[in-house]
Order: sequence, then C-alpha cells, then structure tokens
Amino acid sequence: MKYLKNVTTLKLDRDKCIGCGMCMTVCPHAVFVLREKKADITDRDACMECGACAGNCPADAIAVEAGVGCATAFIVGAITGTEPTCDCAKGSKSRC
Amino acid sequence: MDDMAEKLDCCSNGPVDEHSSAPWLIGSIPSGQDSCPRVATRLTWADTLGRWKVRWALGRDRYTVQPGLYAVGEADSDSLVFVTANYKMSFDCLRSALHNRNAWILVLDTAGINVWCAAGKRTFGTDNLVDSVANINLAERVNHRKLILPQLGASGISAHIVSQRTGFKIVYGPVRSVDLPAFLDSSMKATPQMRKVEFGMLDRLRLTPVELVISIKYILFAMLVALVASGVSRTGYDLHAAPSRALPALTILLSSWLAGAFFGPVLLPFFPVRSFAAKGAIAGLLAFALAAGVGITQKMTSIETCAWAAIAISIASFLTMNFTGASTFTSPSGVRKEMRVAVPAQIVGILGGIVLLIINLFT
Repeated sequence: MKYLKNVTTLKLDRDKCIGCGMCMTVCPHAVFVLREKKADITDRDACMECGACAGNCPADAIAVEAGVGCATAFIVGAITGTEPTCDCAKGSKSRC
Repeated sequence: MDDMAEKLDCCSNGPVDEHSSAPWLIGSIPSGQDSCPRVATRLTWADTLGRWKVRWALGRDRYTVQPGLYAVGEADSDSLVFVTANYKMSFDCLRSALHNRNAWILVLDTAGINVWCAAGKRTFGTDNLVDSVANINLAERVNHRKLILPQLGASGISAHIVSQRTGFKIVYGPVRSVDLPAFLDSSMKATPQMRKVEFGMLDRLRLTPVELVISIKYILFAMLVALVASGVSRTGYDLHAAPSRALPALTILLSSWLAGAFFGPVLLPFFPVRSFAAKGAIAGLLAFALAAGVGITQKMTSIETCAWAAIAISIASFLTMNFTGASTFTSPSGVRKEMRVAVPAQIVGILGGIVLLIINLFT
C-alpha cells in the first residue's frame, strides 16, 4: 500500500554517510539501500516520516520533519493549540 | 503478598500498585543485590480477554503494567535484556515470544502507550531508557552490555547516544514480536520481511472495532438530531410523524458510519485513490448508492436526495480520513496535504446538505 506521492521531507546527505546501514535496519518501509558503500534512497514515497533513520544516524546525514501521520492528532492539535500527538489512539498500533 | 510487593519494588521505578498481585507473576528470582519478579510466558484467558476489551476501546487508558525489570525463566547475569513499553498488550506480546528462554524484560514508563506510538511521543525514548538503565542498576545485574529493542521503538531512540551514555549497545529486533524466536535463533539476524511493517486485511480488521466504538457516539447524536428535526414540516411540528419520516435519514447515517469507519479501513487498498479522505468518500458514495438502490430514498425529493448524498459522503470521508492514525504508512506531510482539501470539502458537504434540507422544507 502506498500513500501520497512527493510529500516526504526526508533528506539524505550522502557525503556525510559512513555506510553503517543503521537507517536500513530501523526503517519500517525499506526506504534505504546501500549503494557503493553508502546509503541511498530507493523508495522515497514509502517514507512515513517516523524519524527513526534520522535519530539513529551516527553521522547526522539524514534529516526529516518527523511526526505522526494522524488526522485526528492534527484536528485535536488545531483545537487545543498543541502539537499533534498520538494521545487519542493509545493501543491502536499494538499487536504481536 | 507483602513479600511479593517488596520484591517487586526492588526492581521497579515506580510505586507498588495493584499489579504486584497480577496473575501473570510467578514468584521472583535473585538479581544483583536483590530480586526481581518473574513473569509467565504463557498467556491465559484473562490476558486474551483483556486484549479483546481494549480492541473494543474498553479501559484502554489503564491497560498497563508497572514499569521496571522483570525476569523470564531462570534469568541470570548472562541473560539478554529486552526493552518494551508499559502498555500491557506490548508487554504480553514480548513475554509470550520469550517462552522457554531465560531473559530480562525492562519495561519503560510510557504512560500505558504502545511502543510505536510512545516512540513517536519520545516517551519510549533515549532519555527514559538511559534513566531506567541507571535506576535499576542494570550494569550490575548483567555481565554483557546489550539491549534488545523492538524495531518500531527506533523512532524515539538514538542508539548511538544510548551507547555513549550507558555503555549498552542497542540491537534492534524485528518489528513483530512473533518473529523474535526466529530472530534470536539465527544469531540476531533479521530477514527483510522481519524489518517491514505490514498492514494486511487482518491487521485492519483488528483495528476497526476501536474506530466504530469511538465514532458511534457522534453518529448517534446526529441520528437523534435527525429524528427530532424530522418532525418539522411546513405545517408545523408533528412529533408522531417524526419516527417514520426519519427512517430514511437514520438508515443513511448508519450506513455512512459503517462505510467510513469499517468498509473504508478494511477495503483500504481496493479504492483507486491514495488519499484516505477520498477512499472514504468513495465508500460513502457506494453505501449511499446501495441505500438508494434498495429504495431508502424513494420518498425523497431530488433536493433531499442530493442533500443526504452530500452528508453521507462527507461523514464517510471524515471517518476514513481519521483511520490515517491507525494505519502504518501515512506521513504527517501527506496527512496535512490531504486534510487541506478534504476538511473544507467535508464541512461544505455537511453544512451544504443541511442548508439543502432546510430549503427543501420551503419548496
């Protein structure tokens, strides 16, 4: 299943990349591959901006405006004037 | 029981509460200078019942376990340490995946929220993990320096920073705890499949009860309004005529609820559009067409029919749009983009529908 095209804020600086492969490990949508000993984005539109890659990149080579892709969170955030968070849907993603 | 509470307290970060007598605790085993509570790895009917209840949005806010360190099997200083959230379903998934093994489970305080959502909020996060490792003196309890985290916790954690601050190296396990035994048995190598989040029909079916329960109260309110308003006609208000006149409207509201909160989510990949709001709009249109097909709109004027079509499509669109939060692949940038178009359209659809219904009264 694919979501909207050309919306992700994901950016990879290949010059900084040290090729450790951590982004490939943590990405839940296989956005990254290793090409010539450095990470490369292979499936940009699969990115859900969870921020796992950026937070776990030891070379600080990845940037993304991470957040929750949740309409309810945006609505609640707009009404209460707070940051959109997952508060409303506690158990929704949990499974074995 | 007091004895147990005391032992539990040694390994936990928080105060002892009702969980100290939880049925899934089976004694305690020594660790470092004190001892740790031991957990069962077979889930009982009570665990299954608990999971069913939260799937139907019953008591979901307090389905928690006490944060702290727990033992599995005959855990000793060589046993691996697995980290999870204090949402009981997350904890249950992990302990049942560790059946017949010796291990430690470190439960972080995520306010009862599952690993992935808590990672998004950074409560399943670097600081919390570093503090917990220090608070329970983990370095004195185990000989190795390795923590195994669920992969979906990675969005809240910076593995290299945890290493710098605690000396513990982070290993990201598979996305699903059911893959954990295979992961551990293959010297912690994850297959590409273990690293990917899926969102199959069964996953979506599991998540729709919560959507249905959360949205039903708004639909019931709308139905009540429609019922009361149905008594209004050009000749005045007729309470006795209201129920029979309201029947088509109530049927349409119910079918748009089912379309948006159930059929939209379950049939997600079968709609030929990517926006969730658009998927819901199609589901709503189909449900309305079906209702019209079986004669629900037979007695309506064409203005009324248009009004109810607009309302039904808008409701279903809104409900399916809200399923973005339960889905596993929507980005905030994408949701923001579709909402910029969808929310004004839904408001126009519902308000426009109401205006048309009022106009219908005077024509």
